Amino acid sequence: MTGERTRDGALEYLKREGRIVIVGASLAGLRAAETMREKGFTGSLTMIGDEPYEPYDRPPLSKQVLLGHAVADHTALPRRRVIDADWRLGVPATGLDMAARRVRLGNGDEVEYDRLLIATGVRARPWPNEEEGSLQGVFVLRTRDDGEGLQRALADNPRRVLVIGAGFTGSEIASACRERGLNVTVAERGDAPLVGALGGVIGEVAAEMHREHEVDLRTGVMVTALEGDPSGRVRAAHLSDGSTIEADVVVVSLGAQRNTEWLAGSGLGAGPRGIACDAGCRAFDVRGIVTDDIYVAGDVARSPHALFGYQFLSLEHWGNAVAQADTAAHNMLSESADRRPHLWVPAFWSSQFGVNIKSVGVPPMGTEILITQGSLAERRFAAVYGYQGRVIAAVTFDNCRWLPFYEHQIESTAPFPPPYSTVDRRPEGNKPVPADFPDPSVPTHGPTITLSGYSPADRKMTFTPGR
Amino acid sequence: MTQALLREIIDYANRADPYPLYEELRKNPVSHDGNGPYVVSTYYEIQSLLHDPRISSDARNLKSTGDDPLGQSADDEGTALPPSFLKLDPPDHDRLRRMTNRPFGPPHAPHRVHDMRDELHGLVGGLIDNIATSGNLDRVDLVDQFAYPFPVTVICRLLGVPHEDEPRFHVWAETLAASLDPDPDGDPAQRGKGTTDARMELGMYLAGLIEERRKNPGNDMLSQLATADGPDGAMTTMEALSTSALLLIAGHETTVNLITNGMLTLLRHPDVLQRLREDPGLSVPIVEELLRYEPPVQLLPQRTTLSDIEVAGVNIPKGASLWLILASGNRDPKRFENPDRFDPDRKDIQHLGLGSGIHSCFGAPLARQEAQLALSELARRLENPRLLEDPPPYRQNAVLRGPRHLQIACDGVLPKAA
Repeated sequence: MTGERTRDGALEYLKREGRIVIVGASLAGLRAAETMREKGFTGSLTMIGDEPYEPYDRPPLSKQVLLGHAVADHTALPRRRVIDADWRLGVPATGLDMAARRVRLGNGDEVEYDRLLIATGVRARPWPNEEEGSLQGVFVLRTRDDGEGLQRALADNPRRVLVIGAGFTGSEIASACRERGLNVTVAERGDAPLVGALGGVIGEVAAEMHREHEVDLRTGVMVTALEGDPSGRVRAAHLSDGSTIEADVVVVSLGAQRNTEWLAGSGLGAGPRGIACDAGCRAFDVRGIVTDDIYVAGDVARSPHALFGYQFLSLEHWGNAVAQADTAAHNMLSESADRRPHLWVPAFWSSQFGVNIKSVGVPPMGTEILITQGSLAERRFAAVYGYQGRVIAAVTFDNCRWLPFYEHQIESTAPFPPPYSTVDRRPEGNKPVPADFPDPSVPTHGPTITLSGYSPADRKMTFTPGR
Repeated sequence: MTQALLREIIDYANRADPYPLYEELRKNPVSHDGNGPYVVSTYYEIQSLLHDPRISSDARNLKSTGDDPLGQSADDEGTALPPSFLKLDPPDHDRLRRMTNRPFGPPHAPHRVHDMRDELHGLVGGLIDNIATSGNLDRVDLVDQFAYPFPVTVICRLLGVPHEDEPRFHVWAETLAASLDPDPDGDPAQRGKGTTDARMELGMYLAGLIEERRKNPGNDMLSQLATADGPDGAMTTMEALSTSALLLIAGHETTVNLITNGMLTLLRHPDVLQRLREDPGLSVPIVEELLRYEPPVQLLPQRTTLSDIEVAGVNIPKGASLWLILASGNRDPKRFENPDRFDPDRKDIQHLGLGSGIHSCFGAPLARQEAQLALSELARRLENPRLLEDPPPYRQNAVLRGPRHLQIACDGVLPKAA
């Protein structure tokens, strides 16, 4: 028997009778399972999820659900096909034994695998002060339960809602509150909403959207403490500028944390920034060696992207989860020569204050920005981001039909500033300006993580929400 | 050689089956010869140009039409009116299209098209009843007796043309439609005058209606265009006029051909016709596949470049005339498996039949609903329908392509459903 045939035989055996375990029963996990079945995998498939629900869709949670237009438990993801899986829902994975190929579950069970896909995603970053964070009326928004709880709280007509953090989720929540006619204050550490994702030029447009919709927007401030009443309900928040905001509902919208703690000590290259993997979704171990039976997909993955200087990107994007799951599933069932790289061009969308926002590429890599079409003042435009003389990203506000063009510009490393004319080019689009992203070395934007201790055993990580 | 191929596409002799010519054309994604138009024939290139902001729909950006057999714009709306949004670029295009969409579709009028369903059903039923009572089932012209009158009446209802004026409206519409389809043997001066007169009369009529609706607005689109007062402000009378003229012409010619091409295709595929007879729901995938397989708009002849651009290795200079052959892209084997097969069970069917990008067909939801209803009702009610002439005589027009007549015979007409 030749080596070639042995390998083929092993793969055929895996496809026919192998055991595949997927940890993470959300978008990426589900789509990967579907792809595997599509590719003829007939072995056993186990889906492990810590939430008690079947896979559901998250984008509506910060939009339609908050408005009461959709019910949180009606956002189940449509199924592309029957996947015939053994579902272990409501049970978290708590550990991984790479040598024995076993996943440990919270209820003490162990599940053996021949191939493992990790798609555990992210969770909302909680309020750093646990006592304050557990006050009644303080919410985060990530899960179906979060969405349902927040929707109920908003339906009770609170006198004021405070949203901490004006990223995409925070801005969408503020928008939903205004649409419901609620008073809302948004506190953002940066100089403008969305500034971390899209930079200061676009952030200024977002700020106008907030103000025009009568959001009480406070920028350049931090919430230093939440205050409860004697019954344990939140009643006010204290800000770094000395002011106090009285609010019945506080939504903590400070981004996400990757669900990798369960892998501590497993030897897998997993940490706060996600699980490092190669372009084919195979996970790295802590030694920097690629594994051959453990794959990663979705928000929790961190993979090098050829188009962006092989930077390791972790993307919290819906489309990325779908595409990466597809690639991981394909590669899990393929010989090495047939494997595909995950080459998805990052893209995301948001809907807030009646405006459709879409982006492709990696805007924060951009140093300059040029408004190629439309106008910032009309809040209807397309803009491209430049990085070292090439187009690296684009964003549209209510102008998304042009986006495929810009995506192609990014894919083909088109020059920046663009040398061509376009329809709807206005005077402001004749000269690039600095994109105005916050200086990543100044801890004004995003939380900071510091390490202390010397030996690996006593190294500690401390999360600091601000200065 | 390209030029010769273009002439062949325009040549009436090839109207019944232009697809072999398109296949020839697709050997090069972009064809160009001398000073004629740059002709794009492959799916992915057309698709990307439709989303390319360096491409303009505004004829004022054309440097010269050169040797362009369609240089005389194919759907001349006349010189008296400002260009409709079909022939404008953003921001004017966006503003007018947005304002027109407010009373027509989501988010402000999500139910408009759906709510016309019963009315459309009634119209279709009535026209088929007329066929039944015409007494001559051995020779029915589906174009004159059905596919033509249906969409005009629909547009009248949509715009809010009073019922008693509909016959006058039909005459103008027909004259203008005929002008889109020049008969090389006719007297151009004579026809030109007729068209101008019809356009004038229609314009005066619409202007009067708009004035009246401004004072007494109803629930129709014309009232809403005339009294629009959204974030984009109001339309001028001239804008409302050119917009409603656009809705009339574009919403009419295309639907006639979609329905006629549809019946022709179904009669050539009796198995599919039988399936549709048994399951009216099949009209949805059938119409989608028709839009791919026999699109009413075969090509877009009036795009131009705002910069020098490169498409599939060909440099197209600024101000050049571009033809995008949608019908050829729809049969591109690089995009669709077995593209010359009519297959309503096709899964992956993102065709170019309604265009794409900012100018994608404004009336698409209405056109789909009209065609779905028309085809499923014809299939259900006509007993043993058969073609009397195949291929049927086509209209002159190479852009808006469809049979001028579709003579069929049938054994009987089943009654309307209770």
